Amino acid sequence: MKTPEKQIGAPMDRVDGRLKVTGAATYSAEYELPGITYAVLVGSTITKGRITGIDSKAAERAPGVLAVITHFNSPKVPGFDTAGKDPSQPATVGGPIKIFHDDKIRFNDQPIAIVVADTLERARFAARLVKGQYAPEKHQTNLEASKPQAFLPTSAKKNPKNPMNDYQRGKTDAYKAGAIKLEQDYVIPTEVHHPMELQAITAHWEAPDRLTIYDKTQGTMATRRDFAKEWGLPEENVKVIATFVGGAFGNALHSWPHESAAIMAAKVVNRPVKLMLTREQMFTMVGYRPYTWQKIGMSATADGKITAITHESIGQTSSYEEFTESTLAQTRMMYQSPNLTTRYRLASLDIGSPIWMRGPGEATGAFALESAMDEMAHQLGIDPLEFRLRNYTDTDPENGKPWSTKFLKECYQLGADRIGWNKRQLKPGSVRDGDWQVGYGMGVGTFGAHRGAATVGAQLLPNGTVLLQCATTDIGPGTGTVMTQIAADTLGMDPQKIRFELGNSSFPKAGTQGGSSTVNSVGPATQQACLALKDKLRQLAAVGSAAFASAKKEDIILTDGYLTLASNSTARVPYAELLKQAGGTAVAVEAKPDGAGQKYSMYSFSVHFAEVLVHVLTGEVRVSKLVSCADAGTIINEKTAANQMKGGAVGGIGMALMEHAIIDDRYGRYITKDFADYHVPVNADSPDIQVAFVNQPDPYVNALGTKGIGEIATIGVAPAIANAVFNATGKRVRELPITPDKLV
Amino acid sequence: MNTEPENASPHDDSRRTFLKQSTLLTAMALVPGPVVSAAEAKLDERVAEAIEQVPLSLKVNGKKLKLSVEPRTTLLDLLREQLHLNGTKKGCDYGQCGACTVHVDGQRVNSCLSFAVMHDGKEITTIEGLADGDKLHPMQEAFVKHDGFQCGYCTPGQIMSAVACVREGHAGSEGEIREYMSGNICRCGAYSNIVAAIQDVKKGGQKV
Ligand code: FES
Ligand code: FES
Repeated sequence: MKTPEKQIGAPMDRVDGRLKVTGAATYSAEYELPGITYAVLVGSTITKGRITGIDSKAAERAPGVLAVITHFNSPKVPGFDTAGKDPSQPATVGGPIKIFHDDKIRFNDQPIAIVVADTLERARFAARLVKGQYAPEKHQTNLEASKPQAFLPTSAKKNPKNPMNDYQRGKTDAYKAGAIKLEQDYVIPTEVHHPMELQAITAHWEAPDRLTIYDKTQGTMATRRDFAKEWGLPEENVKVIATFVGGAFGNALHSWPHESAAIMAAKVVNRPVKLMLTREQMFTMVGYRPYTWQKIGMSATADGKITAITHESIGQTSSYEEFTESTLAQTRMMYQSPNLTTRYRLASLDIGSPIWMRGPGEATGAFALESAMDEMAHQLGIDPLEFRLRNYTDTDPENGKPWSTKFLKECYQLGADRIGWNKRQLKPGSVRDGDWQVGYGMGVGTFGAHRGAATVGAQLLPNGTVLLQCATTDIGPGTGTVMTQIAADTLGMDPQKIRFELGNSSFPKAGTQGGSSTVNSVGPATQQACLALKDKLRQLAAVGSAAFASAKKEDIILTDGYLTLASNSTARVPYAELLKQAGGTAVAVEAKPDGAGQKYSMYSFSVHFAEVLVHVLTGEVRVSKLVSCADAGTIINEKTAANQMKGGAVGGIGMALMEHAIIDDRYGRYITKDFADYHVPVNADSPDIQVAFVNQPDPYVNALGTKGIGEIATIGVAPAIANAVFNATGKRVRELPITPDKLV
Repeated sequence: MNTEPENASPHDDSRRTFLKQSTLLTAMALVPGPVVSAAEAKLDERVAEAIEQVPLSLKVNGKKLKLSVEPRTTLLDLLREQLHLNGTKKGCDYGQCGACTVHVDGQRVNSCLSFAVMHDGKEITTIEGLADGDKLHPMQEAFVKHDGFQCGYCTPGQIMSAVACVREGHAGSEGEIREYMSGNICRCGAYSNIVAAIQDVKKGGQKV
């Protein structure tokens, strides 16, 4: 008998590819429920203040309208009264706004009403008839103006171990005393996730105390917990379905007011309610990457050794939640600097809450750090790659621990070869091709290799297939596909005979898809579940066949309707017999992280190399070549992993060259409202992106050796492009995006 | 909206679906004054002459349909909310993202940007109508093979656009493909793979 082909590492086609290319994949606004109704939100036209009245009469009388809900007539939401009183919740860091609960307006376009009608057109029309009256108060939506009021996050104040606290090694602000030094400010504007699927939810109360929601979420369990709490229900009474999620990039990591509104509306009309936000509403109420001001001070010796770095940042948050992210994490551990200071602060603005956006704070911080590295290399007259090598560190300088694995030098080599780094001239502005100036730049990224608890259920079914289930989600990376590959190898089974179901809170539990942690967490759980299934089947087989009694797990293979042994193909027991004996074969096991994290510093690493062309007359920047190399541990599926890297790089192009959400501070209202004003990269903005993986397993993160890809795909791309622009033109842009006006 | 098979009783143009309530009219600029006051007086019958469902004949994925729709219904919302063809996606509703791309008489069109009633008598092909039964269209196969997507939300629009791009003769080079596919945003950033899929189909020379 032939041993099945190894699936881990193979470029397998996606298991849900067919559904996605035929339009059969079902997203959260596409569930056909009997009696479905449509909801449209009405937003506040002021930025801060109180609602004094809402005229909803015309809307209520409009054809097909079933309900207009405002804070004047909203039903009682049990969780709104207890929110903040739960001692397990740090009340001081705030909580999401309670929809239609009081008259307070905290940001522009905050929903003041939801209109429900029998058709979408009728709901949309009636929503226009709702008029709010307000008592406005003075608002602040500008971070630069709020810098003097910036504060240390409450979570840091309360807990000295919280990483948002100031960090210090060596002397404070030691760069100031350095002979060779730089001190620069860097700014990242507000950027918006804008997944192609608009935020959408279909809410259905199947009974007065049983809620099912089809929701765009990265975490079915987290969403279930939030809404069970909100409605005072036991968690098992709430079901969250997110079988397909049309991208998210972080914005579905939080439960948002529109979800609460749709659930409330479904309660009021006692019919399923579908709510899909507009693209305009995607700016205002479902998070964004916060505007962040940063300052870097750095000193170095003439031979290119960094002696000190100070990195400060002030990020925006809302008036009602303290949102924090790890903007300064990379600076603390990437380079061997004996003196290092970081200070993280927040400024509260009258804007909705931010939420982690791909590569989150690390991508923001890397723009400043990796730009400063390039600036210092230039000042020293050293090649930027060589400068990074001179400050490379083989242990984590933040805590002195060894790395679990670090193959960043290998990444440097792979990338430098592919981009042709040797073509780069030390002197900026020295290469020209017709009307275009040519430049090369690099940027490094890193992100913690996180692993959380996850459970996967495995069953052998009478039709000879194995069904695996887990509450995890797939927002695009190909979770179901890689889990199928892991299961195929573990079971010694044809992947066609395996089905991995996800995106349902009723399945065995898993964390949220975020922080590049899904494969690290759900991967080993899948492996464990398959091993447990094999062991159970072996025990059942051993009853009638002695060969199985002492068989090792690795020796057992599931093939063609039989359980057999790789070493002895004459030993075989048909599935049917096993199932008969078992009377059902569901197995669920839990894989939990071991203590390895205590002994090692565990990170994924990436480096991005960019070649850019800058037009001498128009200042147009074109990324002509991009090479992304990653040390992400074991690569389970080369095809989907490379795709994820390319996607992250495209996100980095957007960050570097175009993405910029702009508020008119006089009114506190976004003036970028759609893709005509807020530009994201299109096909013609993307070069052919080359990807290379070191593909070395990390023995400590998990048994598969994975470390995570999603974040490092973006972290470091924007500075690579900014540095390439400098190399091409001699112009250093420290405020993203790099638009032509900054270059001509 | 009513959906009737082609061979059902011939569409009765005089039949109208009347609105039950009419205060809606007060906000409609096009409605003549007397009708508005009629509406306010709840004289629904008279109002119905001004607002009605419009008859519409369409051929969707080869199937002839006799429909009656509100004039303000977009082709996209008709497909998704009334014909239950959810493969066509809404990504912006403003004609800026391409997620809603369908073919109207063989031309690629942003279905969110046109009213359904503008397409009377026309032939619409959506992603659901591209495959030949169980056999995928070569472009669909190429998208799977080259992993031309991640989340899959922009994918139906990309594929409809890609097929048109090849048919139009705009798939001559990588640069040309990128240009002519730039009306379809993929926020997951699968652009390189989308280009590879289109090039593969173009090179393969299969009929698209
Ligand atoms: S939904 Fe039609 S172009 Fe975006
Ligand atoms: S595949 Fe997600 S937007 Fe294109």
